[in-house]
Amino acid sequence: MIDISNLSKVYHTPYGKVTALKDINLSIEKGDIYGIIGFSGAGKSTLIRCLNRLEEPDTGKITIEGLDINSLDKKSLNKTRKKVGMIFQQFNLLDSRTVFDNVGFPLELDKVPKKEIKERVEEILDLVELTDKRNAYPSQLSGGQKQRVGIARALANKPDILLSDEATSALDPLTTYSILELLKDINEKLNITIVLITHELDVIKYICKNTAVIEQGEIIEKGATNDLFINPKSVTLKKFIEILSNFQENGCYQGGDGI
Amino acid sequence: MSDDLIELLLVGLGQTIYMMAATAIVSFILGFPLGIIMAITDKGNIWSHIKVNKTLGTIINIIRSVPEIILIVILIPFTRLIMGTSLGTTATIVPLSVGAAPYLARIIENSLREVDKGKIEAALSMGANQFQIVTKVIIPEALPSLIRGLTLGLISIIGLTAIAGATGAGGLGSYAIRFGYQRYRTDVLIGTVVLIILLVQGIQYFGDSLAKYINRKRYKYE
Ligand SMILES: Nc1ncnc2c1ncn2[C@@H]1O[C@H](COP(=O)(O)OP(=O)(O)OP(=O)(O)O)[C@@H](O)[C@H]1O
Ligand SMILES: [Mg+2]
Repeated sequence: MIDISNLSKVYHTPYGKVTALKDINLSIEKGDIYGIIGFSGAGKSTLIRCLNRLEEPDTGKITIEGLDINSLDKKSLNKTRKKVGMIFQQFNLLDSRTVFDNVGFPLELDKVPKKEIKERVEEILDLVELTDKRNAYPSQLSGGQKQRVGIARALANKPDILLSDEATSALDPLTTYSILELLKDINEKLNITIVLITHELDVIKYICKNTAVIEQGEIIEKGATNDLFINPKSVTLKKFIEILSNFQENGCYQGGDGI
Repeated sequence: MSDDLIELLLVGLGQTIYMMAATAIVSFILGFPLGIIMAITDKGNIWSHIKVNKTLGTIINIIRSVPEIILIVILIPFTRLIMGTSLGTTATIVPLSVGAAPYLARIIENSLREVDKGKIEAALSMGANQFQIVTKVIIPEALPSLIRGLTLGLISIIGLTAIAGATGAGGLGSYAIRFGYQRYRTDVLIGTVVLIILLVQGIQYFGDSLAKYINRKRYKYE
C-alpha cells in the first residue's frame, strides 16, 4: 500500500548540512500497524512527514496505492491528504473550537453539509468514547481525552491511512495503553493502515505487527516485530531492549507487566 | 468655569471620536490584509514569498519611522488630491490612516504569528488550502490576542488625532492647544485631558472585556 524507495532528505542549516534521511526503503502492507522506532533525532518525524508531504524529500519516491505522492500538484495533494489522517504528540487541536467542531473541522474544509457533519461527528465521538465532552473546549480536557479528539478528527474523513507521530509520548502509561487499544480497535474495525513512530519500545511491542528501526536517518533493521525482539541485530534495538529490561529489573517501571 | 466650556468640549469630543473611528476603519481595511500577508509570507510559512515579505516590511518600517506630524506635512499634496483640501477634520483622516495602517499591520502580524505552527500543520495534513488556514485556523485562534492588539492600536490612534489637532484638524487635542494653551483656558485644558483619559479607559475596558469573554469561553473549567 505504501512504498518508499531510496528516500533521502538533507536539511541545510546555518551550521551545515544535516542528513535526516538516507536512502530509506520501506514497504507497508494494507491493514498493517507499522512501527518505526529510533532515538531522538534519528529522523522519524522527517520520515513520517514525507508521507503526506509536510516535508519534501530531496530524492526518492513514495507511492500510496500506486499514486506517486511527490508528483501531485497542490489540489491533488490536498485531496490525497484527506485520505491520510495524522495525529500528533502535541495533539494540535484548535482552541477556538469545541470538541464537536474540532472533529467536524476536516469535513467543514470539504464543505460537507452541516447535517452530514453532525451525523459523522456523533458516530466518531461515540467510537472514541467522548460523546459527553462534545461541547467542551480542548483546554478543558485531559491529555488522553485530547488525543482521542485528535484521533477522532483524523478519522472524520474516513482515511485509509493513519499517521501517528509520537501520539502517546506526552501521556502517562495507563492513558498510553487506552490510546493504543483505541488504535488497535480502529485498525481492526475500520481496516485502517497505521504508521506509527515512537521512541517507546513498549508501544511497538504492544501494537505493531511490523517494525523498522531507524538510526541516524537510516533503516538499520526491519521485519515482523516478534522476530526483531527475539533476535535483535542492530545496536539501537539492543540498546532499547536493554534499557527496557533494566528498568523492569530495577522495579522503576511497572506499567508494562501485562505484556 | 465659563458657559461655553461644555459646548467646546462636546464639539471637540465629537470631532475626536469621528477622526478616531474613520481612521480606525480606513487603517484597519488597509492594515488587516497587510498584516495577514506579512504573517504568512515569511520563511517557512504557508505562503512563503520572501521578497514580498521583505518589500512590504521595508515600506512599513519607512512609514512607521516618520513622525506623524511630519507625515501630515509631507502628505499635504496627496491629501489634497484625495479630499480636495488638506485642511480640517475630514481631510486629516488621510495622513492619520497612512500613519496608523502600518502600525496596525504590525500588531496584526504579531498576533497572527503567535498561532502555534502545529495547529497550522494539522490543518495542512487535513488538506486545508491557504485561504482556509487563514480564515479557519489562524484568525480564530489568534482572536483574543488580535482584539487586545487592536485595542492598543485604537488608543494609539487617539494619540495621533491629538497630534493632528495641533495642526488645526479639530478634536480635543486642537481645543487643548488653541484654548487651553494659547488662551490660558485652564478649564478647557483640564476638560480635554479628562475626556481623553475617559475615552482611552473606556476603549481599554471594552477591548479587555471582549478578549476576556472569548478566553473565558475557551479556557474555562467546568
Ligand atoms: N526543519 C529542520 N531544519 C533543520 N534540521 C532539521 C529540521 N527538522 C529536523 N531536523 C534535523 O533532522 C534530524 C532528524 O530530525 P527528526 O525530527 O526527524 O527526528 P526524530 O527522530 O523525530 O526525533 P524526536 O524523537 O526527538 O522527535 C535531526 O538531526 C534534526 O535536528
Ligand atoms: Mg520527532
